[in-house]
Amino acid sequence: MNHYKTKMNGGNIAVDDTILVKNIEACAGSKMLTGFKPLFSAEVVTQLEAKGYKTAGKTHVGEFGLDLLGEFGFGVETDGTLKGAAADLVATGEVNAALAVDMNGAPRRAAAISGVDFLKPTYGTVSRYGVISCAASGEQVGVYAKDAAGIQEIMTVIAGHDEKDGTSLKNESYDYSFQPVAGKKVAVVKELLEKADEETKKRLSTFADGLRAKGVTVEEISFSLFETANVAWQILMTAETCNNISRYDGVKFGHRAKEYRNIDELYVNSRTEGFNFLTKAVIMYGSDVLSKNRYEACYDKSLKVRRVISEKFEELMANYDAVLTPATSKTTYEAYDIHDAFKKVFEESVFTALANLIGTPALASGGVQLVGKHFSEGLLLSLADAAKKEGK
Amino acid sequence: MNYELVIGLETHVELSTESKIFCSCGGHSAAKEPNDCVCPACSGMPGMLPVMNKHVVELAVTAGLMLNCDINRYTTFDKKNYYYPDLPCAYQITQLNHPICTNGCVNLKTSAGARDIRIKQIHMEEDAGKLVHGGKYSYVDFNRTSVPLIEIVTQPDFRSAEEVVTYLNKLKSMFRSGGISECEEGAMRCDVNISVRPEGSEEFGVRTEIKNMSSFEAIEKAIRYEAQRHMDALEFDTEELVQETRRFDDASGKTFAMRNKETEADYRYFPDANLMPIIIDDEWLEKIKANKPAAVDEKAEDYRLAGISDKEIDMLISNNKISKLLDDIVAMGANAKDGAAWILTDCAGILRKDGKTLNDLVITAEKLYAVIKMVDNGDISRNAGKKILIAVVEQGVDPVTYCKEQGLDKKFDVSAIEAVVDKAIAENPQSVEDFKNGKVKALQALFGACMKELKGAGDPAVIKTLLEAKLK
Repeated sequence: MNHYKTKMNGGNIAVDDTILVKNIEACAGSKMLTGFKPLFSAEVVTQLEAKGYKTAGKTHVGEFGLDLLGEFGFGVETDGTLKGAAADLVATGEVNAALAVDMNGAPRRAAAISGVDFLKPTYGTVSRYGVISCAASGEQVGVYAKDAAGIQEIMTVIAGHDEKDGTSLKNESYDYSFQPVAGKKVAVVKELLEKADEETKKRLSTFADGLRAKGVTVEEISFSLFETANVAWQILMTAETCNNISRYDGVKFGHRAKEYRNIDELYVNSRTEGFNFLTKAVIMYGSDVLSKNRYEACYDKSLKVRRVISEKFEELMANYDAVLTPATSKTTYEAYDIHDAFKKVFEESVFTALANLIGTPALASGGVQLVGKHFSEGLLLSLADAAKKEGK
Repeated sequence: MNYELVIGLETHVELSTESKIFCSCGGHSAAKEPNDCVCPACSGMPGMLPVMNKHVVELAVTAGLMLNCDINRYTTFDKKNYYYPDLPCAYQITQLNHPICTNGCVNLKTSAGARDIRIKQIHMEEDAGKLVHGGKYSYVDFNRTSVPLIEIVTQPDFRSAEEVVTYLNKLKSMFRSGGISECEEGAMRCDVNISVRPEGSEEFGVRTEIKNMSSFEAIEKAIRYEAQRHMDALEFDTEELVQETRRFDDASGKTFAMRNKETEADYRYFPDANLMPIIIDDEWLEKIKANKPAAVDEKAEDYRLAGISDKEIDMLISNNKISKLLDDIVAMGANAKDGAAWILTDCAGILRKDGKTLNDLVITAEKLYAVIKMVDNGDISRNAGKKILIAVVEQGVDPVTYCKEQGLDKKFDVSAIEAVVDKAIAENPQSVEDFKNGKVKALQALFGACMKELKGAGDPAVIKTLLEAKLK
């Protein structure tokens, strides 16, 4: 299968199609953006190029990153299973690293399925300038690599303040260096473990054993708010996505329907033809939660839930250094019908959504996930590094 | 029956900032071609993020201070969703939940006496672009997209069209003088909410809204028409009034209901996650206050008390730069009325010779005051002062140095004048003889010789006294 939407020459960093590279068609996996060539590169790409890195190409993503792994843009393996394009490129060693936008957990799932690492950094640490934005309040550019050291290398280059992004934090740089893990405490969330299959549980216990061997305390706890966080994030994410992609209306660029008699038909026909079923479901859901009658009960409530969960997670992290969870409910995904996508993605996001909702860093590694407090990327990478080395 | 009009206004004012509200595009009003003043951000291209223009916040706060509002230290932006081709993102960034200013008040002086109009809120938002229709196609021009606006929303406190126009003129004059907006044609647009009730009634009548009018004349006409329509409906049952949005047609002078579709939209407002809440701390607020010009009404009153004519007050109030210059020289010690004459008569006259206006005036308060002070102290004559002023305005010279160089400060230097008088007497024996023989006119010739020698800087009274004394 072809991993690239557009292959470029001689680079070793892949960039997903949601991230702009100057003059290279960028569609975020959507027919709606056909032919859109950006006039500028995303800040993360500019930073990498300034340090001498070269882009290997634009990898396929699912439309606006809304699907499970980015599989809708990529296709199904010969054995009927699904993979993410960028994750697979890193797994096969074709590129050293890849950049992707984590908006609803897709890159973390793809990394877990392909057996590579992906870090979704703390919200505000990496510039979102030049990202085809959907869920502005929780999306971040993250890094795929074979191991923690590979992520460390790229994060050091792309993180830091960007005045072109109003949500970018003021820090000029962040510390991602490895630190001692002995004596650290990691919590395994019981409620999430119960949602995973045997194979996934086995991976998690191998990872936990690896940590224990390095002097890390790993204990099971109860923390039910991952499910609440998922509901709240689906509401915020669909609402923000519905709003942010409303600009793709057939007027300015991208796909425009051939047939229309007036401006309303131009909008309706172009968008009907341009978006896939999952995107349409997200638009419907997002419009609904923002409507006058539902706003208070859905959107506004989710903002309050976000604040409460943020506080509760902080309380939990007063006693633990990180949370260890599955990243997916199983170790392989089979191909499925797009009409089931909305529900499938929602179910799988129970593991990933909390980090998007409250902006904490989350690292997929060894087929599982570590979630930490804000700015604890260095520790998460250290834990992953320690667990893996022991496992070998 | 007698009826009472109840009117509330929403006024959109385009702010005089160098660049747009969320990007660095500037100079849209000078743009010659459609889409000359457009970048990826204000045309809604994917990947671009809005970045707040701080100057917009400062101007909105200044407007709030002028209208006696509470300044909200925590202010946020919301998105308003609707599809229209002139709105590139299909949403407008505006303020719903935490507007920047609330609870203000404006005092109006009308034929009905002084009235207070309460301001409900002022919020910041971006403007939309515009559509140009031609032939088979419609064209989109994004030059105006994301130009900063403030919307000033009043309580339903107006009772006549006259009050509305007085209020709008006052806003215009204040905003011009405060450097908030040029308020040029189209840069001030109004939505008028209007209802009518029997005089003495506390209940409000059915309210209609007339959208998007920019000329004060049209606003006045629209209010008069709409008020009459409401009163006819109440008095004669001509029609049933419904709450609706209407537009004013200038040609016919009538208002018409807009399609329901345009009035019942659910805009699905929600907070804009791309723009962090703005915190206005004490330090920032004090800085904005310090830069704020004195409230226009107070200022006009101060000028009036200083004896400045109404015509001159109008000139001063409408030009922030000039009134600031006057305020500055008055602060240094100049007399306000005299200072106004120096600026509005003398400086304006110098500029007019070259076909310029006061807008082109380049002079520091320090230099202007130095000239005035020399005249006031009697160091130089007013004529000499004018000469110096010409050199200051045209060449930017230092007035005191220039005065010395040109020998203009000798007016009262009696010994210097005496020497000149002696010289004139010595060089004009015939005139001296004539004078002594009773020809009074001969004195004029001697006086003229002295003035010539002194290059006009000598005080005429001093010269005359000395001449007469010497010739006796």
